[in-house]
Amino acid sequence: MGIRERLSGNEAAATAMKQINPDVVAAFPITPSTEIPQYFSTFVANGTVDTEFVAVESEHSAMSACVGAEAAGARAMTATSANGLSFMWEMIYIASSLRLPIVMSLVNRAVSGPLNIHCDHSDAMGVRDSGWIMLFSETNQEAYDNLIMAHRIAENKDVLLPLMVCQDGFITSHSIENIELIEDDKVKEFVGTYKPEHYLLNDKEPISIGPMDVQAYLFEHKHEQAEAMRNTKKVILEVAKDFEKMTGRKYELFEKYKTEDADIVVVCMNSTAGTSKVVVDKLREQGIKAGLLKVRVFRPFPVDEIAEALGNAKAIAVLDKADSLNGAGGALFTDVTSAMYVNKKQVPTVSYIYGIGGRDTTEKEIDSVYADLQEIVKDGRVENPYRYLGLKEEK
Amino acid sequence: MNDMIEIRWHGRGGQGAKTASLLLADAAFNTGKYIQGFPEYGPERMGAPITAYNRISNTPIRIHSNIYDPDYVVVVDDTLLGVVDVTAGLKPDGAIVINTTKDIDYLRKVLKGYTGGIYTIDARKVSMETLGKYFPNTPMLAAIVKVANIMEEDDFLKDMEGSFKHKFAKKPEVIDGNMQALKVALKEVKKLA
Repeated sequence: MGIRERLSGNEAAATAMKQINPDVVAAFPITPSTEIPQYFSTFVANGTVDTEFVAVESEHSAMSACVGAEAAGARAMTATSANGLSFMWEMIYIASSLRLPIVMSLVNRAVSGPLNIHCDHSDAMGVRDSGWIMLFSETNQEAYDNLIMAHRIAENKDVLLPLMVCQDGFITSHSIENIELIEDDKVKEFVGTYKPEHYLLNDKEPISIGPMDVQAYLFEHKHEQAEAMRNTKKVILEVAKDFEKMTGRKYELFEKYKTEDADIVVVCMNSTAGTSKVVVDKLREQGIKAGLLKVRVFRPFPVDEIAEALGNAKAIAVLDKADSLNGAGGALFTDVTSAMYVNKKQVPTVSYIYGIGGRDTTEKEIDSVYADLQEIVKDGRVENPYRYLGLKEEK
Repeated sequence: MNDMIEIRWHGRGGQGAKTASLLLADAAFNTGKYIQGFPEYGPERMGAPITAYNRISNTPIRIHSNIYDPDYVVVVDDTLLGVVDVTAGLKPDGAIVINTTKDIDYLRKVLKGYTGGIYTIDARKVSMETLGKYFPNTPMLAAIVKVANIMEEDDFLKDMEGSFKHKFAKKPEVIDGNMQALKVALKEVKKLA
């Protein structure tokens, strides 16, 4: 029944990759994800895996190599952060539009500048419209589990889209914590062998991939991509059911933590959800009906399910660890409020930008958000929906 | 032991405070606890003040923030006293463990009237005698294990021997010295107040 271990988030991701034993890993080191390819290259050198490790000269080439490998018919993985992901940007879109189910471990970090190596979600938010499935992870355990589930989701015939598993740089990537690993043979059986339907190295079906796509076709191909993204929700839930049978750990599109009867709900992603749960428990002890909705699947965005889960709340705060700099709240806030509007749910909702560039987010700050929500519940009015949490006061 | 204990380490870059926090997490993990061990990464330079953290609990740990109200503080370098606010948030029923030879009058002054336990150890002397070099983190690790009563001394020593064999697989000649440093430190750490 699982192996009790203690690993950092980066060690957890590298361990998942070792157990998956993909055909190709192409990566270039960048803080705070550097350790993932570093550990993995050790597995390659020791013969623990038989992966072809491509030590490229840049992230653009890392993603290009993954695109080439996956198009050829191989299973490919990579890891990166922040500016590394920015440098991949061109190939990120190529990967998804060519329907190549590449899997990436993204260790979230602020995109420069000025230079900052610490955690926020600006890297992930920069590619939120690129056609990648995006899973977020609260802990090292979730980063590991999401990676074990990743290929089954991405390679499904109704999906065929690349997938990235996000976790918070340093906060989980560099913190040693308890984890329950799955036995190697069980992972191997769960992940299965990759059998692509169409691939370049199939001499019985000569094809070309990624040629010119003119006015007559691109629109339809983009529509197919969008349909595939819509199909993904169902596949994610099916894979999660099988995963639960194997491990007992249950995963859904998002985690509802004491939201059933909650008046005030915080919505957030990754490690801040853990701190928020501690606050929710303390508020519940005082008889305050607080809840937390932790988004796991950010792309595709579960619009109807989230609106359903939040519909009965009296006030909502959405926490974004990246500022969209649009003067109107972060990306998660925009998605949540849009989901609510389309589903005709009218709940006062406020946006908090928080934790930029590694600014620590404390219990006390999360507590202050719930206190703000209690104020909003009193008269249902929101003075300013675009707020900041943990920003230094002007002197 | 309380349900969760929180420990904050203050050291200078290169002294091994981060490594000590990870070794402490390891040792507590091996006694069946839930643990966190993480450094606060900054612009790291040799000699610059650094901070590292541990949480040790009987139940799963969900909080993911730095530690502001620690039960225990470990000061690996006494030149940080008066420079870094080492007792910030430190609980009065907790304790601080300092690598120093300074007396209690001086310490009371620089610890800004901290009323909890004050423990000291001359980790330089222990390190020089057992390792022949100045690595204060090994004695300080033993000191905090003893002061915070994290585990039985015998279990701790047995466990650390395993960790050192793994950590120093390429230089086994330093294992005995490190084990000796732990044993001496367990005896040398003194309660001053």
